[in-house]
Amino acid sequence: MFTFTSNILKNFLSQRATRRYPFETRSPFDGARGMLLNHIEKCNLCSICAVKCPSQCITVDRKASTWECDPFACVYCGICVDACPESALYQKPEYRQVAEKREMISLKGEIKKKVKKETDNGIESE
Amino acid sequence: MSKTIIPFGPQHPVLPEPLHLKLTVEDEVVTEVIPALGFVHRGLEKLSEIRDFHQMVQVVERVCGICSVIHAMCYCHGIEEMMGIEVPPRAKFLRVIWSELHRMQSHLLWLGLFADSFGFEALFMQFWKIREKVMDISESTTGNRVIVSVNVVGGVRRDLNSEQISWILTLLKEIEQEISALKKTLLTDYTVTKRTVGKGVLTKHQAYGIGTVGPVLRGSGVVQDTRTLGYAAFNELNFEPVVESDGDCYARTKVRFRETLQSIDLIRQAMSKIPNGEINVKVKGKPQGEVVSRVEQPRGELLYYIKADGNKNLDRLRIRTPTFANIPAILTMLPGMYLSDVPVIVLSIDPCISCTER
Repeated sequence: MFTFTSNILKNFLSQRATRRYPFETRSPFDGARGMLLNHIEKCNLCSICAVKCPSQCITVDRKASTWECDPFACVYCGICVDACPESALYQKPEYRQVAEKREMISLKGEIKKKVKKETDNGIESE
Repeated sequence: MSKTIIPFGPQHPVLPEPLHLKLTVEDEVVTEVIPALGFVHRGLEKLSEIRDFHQMVQVVERVCGICSVIHAMCYCHGIEEMMGIEVPPRAKFLRVIWSELHRMQSHLLWLGLFADSFGFEALFMQFWKIREKVMDISESTTGNRVIVSVNVVGGVRRDLNSEQISWILTLLKEIEQEISALKKTLLTDYTVTKRTVGKGVLTKHQAYGIGTVGPVLRGSGVVQDTRTLGYAAFNELNFEPVVESDGDCYARTKVRFRETLQSIDLIRQAMSKIPNGEINVKVKGKPQGEVVSRVEQPRGELLYYIKADGNKNLDRLRIRTPTFANIPAILTMLPGMYLSDVPVIVLSIDPCISCTER
């Protein structure tokens, strides 16, 4: 009986365990994988990210030179970031904010060089 | 007294997941139980037909909302065995560290939920407060809190530096002290013992006979832990499976509580023995053949059957999760118990229905 009393007294005298969210927020950890963004000026529209994405949230149209991402379908795995040969894709440590409307991230880029296609036997030019 | 049928779940204050039980009661004593499942079926096994075998790592992580690392690890072991890939030793140790962190957070989550199931909300808060520290380790080292995406076929995606290791060791010391401080309350308090001792007894013979796994089996006195097979780097670590002999809810609580402390010890051992070197190898080719891969999840033995025919998509993926094996235990334990003990007994197997229905 009363095995928890000392703990209750300790909690009365110590600091609060919770934060007054949303007025007080914790800064994100450095390595946290938050929202996915693209430096479109570096992007070569090679579409490796679209192929590798497990949730298929990225669509690349090489003819129209567009890179599109559905942020609501993104699962924050970061596979596309690891796979990007131009290091154009990156993830911010902050999470995406709540939105009222479902909006696609649509960016206009340009193809700068020939895309190298990765195969089982090595890398081949397209 | 005439029979009454009472529906329990799928939406019930004590259940974290949608399990429906049709309870036949006579004078408040349960006489028969019929389970109904299938509320959260998502068809993740079928997805293997349209996602390639690399992308399936991220899909199988989402089978379970609590122990993503261990699902991905089991799948990767299977594919690596099929393709003959030798994972670097450092990656094996990193897999052990993250899988044990996940076991810890899963057990702490369960200890909290279990305390909540018999109305001990203060204890529930204390366990979840400790769990937040484990989640912080997970977020800072892997990038995400629960679905961490660190495993890939051929190794792991992230490494730990010496600063991170010393930070984790400091936090683990704090966590160990905080968990140990709750030991007296969890294992000796009147409220806890009154609601758990002698409830839902499963004898050693019954537990083995109906094929239970994990803490339910070990709580009944059977020494069986898949980690002793020595997958990943477990063959280089010293540990004994945690076993209790009573087979009641209290024994299962003790098993999970002791396993949480055991996980801390395993992480320390892994960190002291971790070798330097590469963390992944490049994967070439496509899987072909069939393989059965087994690992120990927080809820018990997890089994993956993978069949591939040399294409980028798998031919068949079958996932047998531990709760699937533990549901017969509920049906054996409940008859003869009071209706008020049903939530405690159901939670004592740590049901993960999303896992079971995939």
